[in-house]
Amino acid sequence: MAVDLAAIEAQLNETFPGAVTDRDGEWLVVDPGQLEAVAVHLRDQMGFDYLTHLSASDYPDRIEVVYNLYSTRPELQGPGIPFKVRIPDRENPQIPSLTHVWPSANFQEREVWDMFGVRFTGHPNLKRILLWDGFEGHPLRKDWHEPYYEEDHKPFSSRWPHAESPRPRLAEERVRWRANLQYPKGFDPDPEKWQPLPEVDLSANPEIDLGELETDQLLLNIGPHHPSTHGVFRMVVGLQGETVTSLYPVVGHLHRNHEKIGERNLWTGMMPYTDRLDYIAPMYNGFGYAVAVEKMMGQEVAERAEYLRIILGELTRIVNHMLNVGFLFNELGAMMTPMLYAFTEREHALDLFEEAAGSRMMVNYCRFGGVSRDVSDDWLKRCRKVTDRMDRKIDEFETLLTDNEIFISRSRGVGALTWQEMASYGVTGPMLRSAGLPYDIRKVEPYSIYDSFDFDVPTYESGDLYDRYRQRIAEARESVKILHQALDRIPANGSIQAGRKSWNPKVPAGELYTRVEHPKGELGFYLISDGGTNPYRYHVRSSCFVNLTALEAMSVGHLLADAIVIFGTIDTTMGEVDR
Amino acid sequence: MFGLGLIKGLGVTMRHFVESFTYDRNPLKWFSLKGRYDQDWLEKRQEIDGKGLFTIQYPEQKRKVTENFRMTPMLIYDETPDEPRCTACGICARVCPPQTIWIQRATDKRGRPQARPAVFCIDATICMSCGFCAEFCPFDAIKMNQEHEKVYTDRDEGMFFTMERLLKPVEYYAKLHPTDYAREEAARKAKEEAKRKAAEAKEAAAKAKKEPPPEKEVKAPAPAKPDDLKRIEGIGPVISGVLQKAGIQTFAQLADTKAEGIKEILEKADPNLLRLADPTSWPKQARLAAAGKWDALGKLQDRLKGGKEA
Repeated sequence: MAVDLAAIEAQLNETFPGAVTDRDGEWLVVDPGQLEAVAVHLRDQMGFDYLTHLSASDYPDRIEVVYNLYSTRPELQGPGIPFKVRIPDRENPQIPSLTHVWPSANFQEREVWDMFGVRFTGHPNLKRILLWDGFEGHPLRKDWHEPYYEEDHKPFSSRWPHAESPRPRLAEERVRWRANLQYPKGFDPDPEKWQPLPEVDLSANPEIDLGELETDQLLLNIGPHHPSTHGVFRMVVGLQGETVTSLYPVVGHLHRNHEKIGERNLWTGMMPYTDRLDYIAPMYNGFGYAVAVEKMMGQEVAERAEYLRIILGELTRIVNHMLNVGFLFNELGAMMTPMLYAFTEREHALDLFEEAAGSRMMVNYCRFGGVSRDVSDDWLKRCRKVTDRMDRKIDEFETLLTDNEIFISRSRGVGALTWQEMASYGVTGPMLRSAGLPYDIRKVEPYSIYDSFDFDVPTYESGDLYDRYRQRIAEARESVKILHQALDRIPANGSIQAGRKSWNPKVPAGELYTRVEHPKGELGFYLISDGGTNPYRYHVRSSCFVNLTALEAMSVGHLLADAIVIFGTIDTTMGEVDR
Repeated sequence: MFGLGLIKGLGVTMRHFVESFTYDRNPLKWFSLKGRYDQDWLEKRQEIDGKGLFTIQYPEQKRKVTENFRMTPMLIYDETPDEPRCTACGICARVCPPQTIWIQRATDKRGRPQARPAVFCIDATICMSCGFCAEFCPFDAIKMNQEHEKVYTDRDEGMFFTMERLLKPVEYYAKLHPTDYAREEAARKAKEEAKRKAAEAKEAAAKAKKEPPPEKEVKAPAPAKPDDLKRIEGIGPVISGVLQKAGIQTFAQLADTKAEGIKEILEKADPNLLRLADPTSWPKQARLAAAGKWDALGKLQDRLKGGKEA
C-alpha cells in the first residue's frame, strides 16, 4: 500500500506545528528541534516502527541526516516515509539521537558521526565505529580529500592522452594530497604511549544470577584474527563464569572507505566494487546497485536480462544460505563435513557464474539496463541441472541435520528474540522472518520482476538458532521454486541490454534510497546525483552491519560458546560490514 | 537403531571409496600407462553429477577455465605488433575503475597526434580484472587474457605490463575466445560486405552517369601473408627481422630452407647471432607450424631448450 506523504505531512504539522518545514522531492524535511517528538509520534501513533536506514550527506552549506522509516504492520508494509533533518551548522553539527526510539539507529548514528562528524546528543556511546579512535577528520565530508589520490573524481587526467612516459610514477611521488595525511594531536605511534579509549565498562554489566557459582568478572577479547569470526571481527566479551554479561562488537578492520571510492568513480565504474562488498553473494550486490541506478535514470531493463539477474541472484541466495548452514555446524563442533558438503554445491554455482559472467566471485555482471553477457542454451540446460541438484541436496542436508538430537539441544532457545525486538534493532532478512514476521522486500516492495513469480515467504516462530537454520533451508527451497519458474519462462532469444550501453551514463540529478532483498537482509543504496558523471553521494546500507546491532541483546545471558554461534547465524561478511 | 546408522554411514564412505576408482575410468584400464592425473578423467569427474575423487593434483592437473573467463587485458594486433588495433581513443583509460591503464598517444614527426598508442601500460597489481576495457573498446583492440598464474619475484618488473608484453596476435585471441571471435568476425565481414555493396552501388551509379567506364585495374598477386616467425622457439624479434629481410616470411618458406641455409643468412647479417641461436630444429618446427599443428609444435617446443635439442 502506498503511503500518502502529503497526508502524513499535514497530520504531523497539525500535531506539531512547524515540524515539517519543507518537502525535498520525496523527503519530508523535519525541524531538528522537534525531531524526537515527531519520531515518537510516528512510531507510536502512526505505526511506523521500523527504521532501517539512517545516513547523511554533506553540502556546502549544510549537512543532512536522512532516515528511511518503514512499518511492520501488514497494512502499512511497502514504501515507507523518507525524512531528513537539515543542519546548517557545518562546524559543530548537532541533533538529538534517536537511539532510544529505534535502537537500530545506534550503529548507524555512530557511522554518521564517524564519517560526517554529526554529534548525536543523548547517544549512549557515540564513538567512531569504522575508523580508529585517533583518526583525524571526517572522511565523507566534501572538504576532506583522501591522501594519495591525485583528484577528487575519475577519470584522472594523467592517464590519457599524455600518460607519463615511459612509465607511471608511484602515487607517493606524484600526489599533492599526501600533504593532508595527518595524525591526531599528541599521537605517538609507540603502543606503550598511545592508549585507545576503553571499550567496555565492566561496572555497567547487568547482574546475572549464576546460582552457587562464585566467580569474578572477566573481560575476554575474541578476534580480530579468529577463525570463528568469519573475517576480521573483534568481540570484547564480559564474562561471569562462562556466561556472557556484555558484548561489544568492534568492526572496521577491513574498512576501505568504499563510499568515498563511490563518489570518486564513474557510475558504471562502481559496479565491480560492489562485488567486493559481500563476496559470498556477489551477484546480488550488483543487482541492487543496478536497480537503484536504473530507478534514478528511469531506465528500462531488457526482459531476458531481468530473468538472468533473477536466476543468478537466486542461485546466489541458495549458495549463501547453504554456506551459512555449513558454517553453523562448523561452529557447533561438527567440524568440516557439513561445510564441505555446502562448498561442493557452491562450486557448481560458481562454475555457472564463471561461464556467464567471466569470474567466479568478482562477477561484475549487471549493467544499467541489462547484463554484461548473454548465456547459451547449453548454460541454461546446465543451470536447470544444477537447480535440480540443489533441490536434492537441500533434502540431503535436512535428512542429515534437521533431526539431529545434539543440534536441537544445542540450538533450541539460544539467541532468541521476538520479532518486535528484532525489528526495533533494525534486523532484516532471514533472521527477522525466523522470528515470525513475514517481511520480505521481494513481496512488500517488489523490484525487478519478482511480482510475476509465485513463491511464499516462510516464517518460523522463535528466532532462535534452530529456527534460523530452518528458515534458511526453507528460503533456499523457495529460491529453487523461483529458479524453476524463471528457467521455464526465460525468453529464448532477445536483447540483454535495453537502450544503448554507455560507458559513461549521465544520471539525472536526484536523491534516492532503494532497497533489495539481499540473501543476508535489506541491501540499500542511498544515492545522490548532481547530474554529473560521478555520484555526489553513494551510501551502502549494509544488512549485516545493522544486524550486528542486535548481537549483544541476543548473546547476553548465554554461554560464550553460544555467542560464537549466534554471531555466525547473523550471517555477516566483513567486506560488507566494514565497507 | 541397533547400529544400523553406523553401517549405513560406513556404506556411504565405502561407496565413495569404490567410486573414486571406478567412476571416472574403466576398471580394465587401471593398469594402463595413462597417468592418474589424466585430463579426460578430471573433466568427467567435474561434471555436475560427477562422483569419485574431487581432488585436483595441481599443478600436474589443471581445471580448464571457461571461455568467458577473464584475467588481465591484452592488446590485439592483426598482422604485426607494430600495427595494433588500438587507436588510442582513451575510452579504456577512462572507464577503467582503478585507473590502471596509461596511454600516450603517438605523434608523427611534426607533432600531430596519430591513431596509435606510443605508450600503453598496465600495472597488473592494480588491475581488478573487471573486463570493462574489453567490453567498451569500440575497436575490439583489448580483450581479456586468461593467463592466471602470475607469479613474479619482482613487483615492479613482473607485474608491470608494457605494450610489448600486452600485445598478442589475433590468432591467440581466437584460440582463447572462439565464440566471441567468430561473432565479431561475422559482424565485421557483414559490415565490410555492406560497405563494399554500398561502394559498388555508388560506383555503378557513377558509371551510369559518366562514360566511358574506367578500365579495370589488374592487381598484382598479393604477396603471401607473412607469418609470425617468433612462434618458432629460438627465433626472437631480431632474427625474425633478419629472416624476413632475406625473403623468408612464412612458415612454409622457413620449412623449405635447410638449417645450413638459415645459418648462412644469419652469419651474413650478424655473426654474433649464431652464438645464441641454433637453427637446427627450425625447419622442423616451421613444418608443424605451417601445417597448423600447434599442439604438436607445443610438445616439440617443450622438449627443446632455447630452440636446441636438449
